[in-house]
Amino acid sequence: MNRQALDAYAQGLDDAVLEAIDVGARSGVDKRLETLTEDYDDPDALRRLAGLLRQHTLDHLDGYLSQVEKRLIENGARVHFAATTDRALEIVLDIVRASGTRVVTKSKSMASEELDLARRLASEGFEPLETDLGEFVVQLDDDHPSHIVKPIIHKTRRDVARSFERNGLGDYNDDPETITRRARAFMRRKFLEARVTITGANFISAQSGRVALVTNEGNARFGLAGADVHIVLAGIEKVIPGDRDLALLLSLLIRSATGQRMTSYVELVAGPRSPTQPSGPREMHVILMDANRSSIVGGDMAPILRCIRCGACMNSCPVYRQSSGHAYRGVYPGPMGAVLGPLLADGGQDQLADLARASTLCGACGDVCPVDIPIPDLIARLRARSVKNQLTEAGHGVPPMGIYSFLARHPRLWRLVMRLGWIIDWIPLRRFPVPTARAWFDSRTLPRWRGGRFRRWFRRTERQRSRG
Amino acid sequence: MADDRALIFARLRESLERLDCRTPYPEFAADVATPPARRGNSRALFSQRLRAANTQVVESVSALAGLLEDRGVRCGYCDPVLAPRLSTALGPQIELLPTFDRSRIDDYRFGITRASAGIVETGTLVLKDRDTSDRLGAVAPWIHVACLDPRDLYSTLAEAITELDDDPNVILISGHSQTADVEGIMIHGVHGPGEQVCLFLNQEEDPETRP
Repeated sequence: MNRQALDAYAQGLDDAVLEAIDVGARSGVDKRLETLTEDYDDPDALRRLAGLLRQHTLDHLDGYLSQVEKRLIENGARVHFAATTDRALEIVLDIVRASGTRVVTKSKSMASEELDLARRLASEGFEPLETDLGEFVVQLDDDHPSHIVKPIIHKTRRDVARSFERNGLGDYNDDPETITRRARAFMRRKFLEARVTITGANFISAQSGRVALVTNEGNARFGLAGADVHIVLAGIEKVIPGDRDLALLLSLLIRSATGQRMTSYVELVAGPRSPTQPSGPREMHVILMDANRSSIVGGDMAPILRCIRCGACMNSCPVYRQSSGHAYRGVYPGPMGAVLGPLLADGGQDQLADLARASTLCGACGDVCPVDIPIPDLIARLRARSVKNQLTEAGHGVPPMGIYSFLARHPRLWRLVMRLGWIIDWIPLRRFPVPTARAWFDSRTLPRWRGGRFRRWFRRTERQRSRG
Repeated sequence: MADDRALIFARLRESLERLDCRTPYPEFAADVATPPARRGNSRALFSQRLRAANTQVVESVSALAGLLEDRGVRCGYCDPVLAPRLSTALGPQIELLPTFDRSRIDDYRFGITRASAGIVETGTLVLKDRDTSDRLGAVAPWIHVACLDPRDLYSTLAEAITELDDDPNVILISGHSQTADVEGIMIHGVHGPGEQVCLFLNQEEDPETRP
């Protein structure tokens, strides 16, 4: 294999898809920056604070998890623990079967993607319905989301119109308003038909048991008005200490994800509906899923579990923007996915080890993370781990770095190469004798050689300084 | 389930034992994320923020009648506690249905329910389950009218969240339902209301209908 898997995938994408991803991701970057800088003198101070808060929670996860369980039970909810994704699926299926429903509505939940929940429910004879518009299109196309906030960032309106036409939702019409109205009309009765609705959780407060659900479309709200049974499926790391932490984390999550100050709906669900309320779930089940998370806490990769799924890291990532989320071959794309994907996958660390190389380590992902996850450091640690564990998959398509490594460890040789580096301007790199390097240069050029200038400037400046 | 629980806690404790020290809880003011420029608490400021968040502000029942007439809607759901007072002011041309019949979901062109509070910082309406006569009435119709006593305002999101009681379901509404999933183009009214309205009701006149 001459190319990295992610690079090879990107090479096969249509220009229209690449443009859609680039434009969609960049707009997220701009809106986030505008809102944060308009609102705060020092947004970085808030990011650091939120990072400490999330790290504190992870470092005390056993205690907070126990607290949230107790509180939810007091609130009238049933709490289930699932050590694996398979176990979580079994629990969901048991609850859905017991309800006697055929239709199940579902809000966007990345944890449910880990189970491939919609497909698994369909294969068991149920009619699961993704109610987030983007996820609905993904479901119609038997596709996968390519962004954790904007699931159809890789599709144009023409793709969506064709998909609606194919699935009997009206004649071809690529007007986004018409598409939205058709989805609205189709789903309204489904919300009432479904006895079970499934959501994820953005946060769960250990103090009150409140599950925070952040949406703009109102689909979670409609699901929670129409159904009799509510299933919350959440990773164990979604727990936070208390309600007072919610305001900080919601403020950062929403600004980082969509550039809004508040989304249209933030629902705080502590238990089944109140006795005086005629609509909404009488039963609430909360499934707290481990699926390898407990092996990450306490270790050097633990900061990745601070992630609050805002998508800012992928919006700002030059690699994601030119490759799409599907190139990451898992549930979680982009820089956070390159770290979390291999760690969560059952035995997948080997198969996904190349993702750590799919980064320029430019640092943009770390700079925008609302919970201050040092993503570039974690990526570098994963690279080191793959070398230490001799994971050959990690190096597929990566040009050998032995010569660079040798030179970097020998300062005299390095200085000599700096002087002679101009030769590279005259070498036809596309005919370089190393296949992986040749593949790399197929779509890239190097700027003209400028090596050594810094050293010369530094030497000169030091000399002048010492002369006084 | 019990086995899974025991397994998860055992794994967690084993993993956490690796830590030399655990990160302490960082001390911070609850409203640390309230932007300095968005502090303050007044009805005027709240109205301004509601409008900025795509919520229409209606100061009187007669103005609401005008809005409904303008939209050409005549039939909708209304909280049964509010209905007697509003029906007189809205006039006989507007039919207020005090129950939400699921089989007639498309007949409810608007829904009128009570809001428990407002949040000035974000222009947000707070709907608590115990104050909401029917969740469906607040989410299914194209127009949702939340009736709010303007004295029930929190200045910040943090204040509102930390002062919540034990209500099992609280929804914070900031504007109408919307999506930008298709090519980033903003469209309103996906599943929830395409128009969100806040009606200020001065409850001193009629304490029985205090939201």
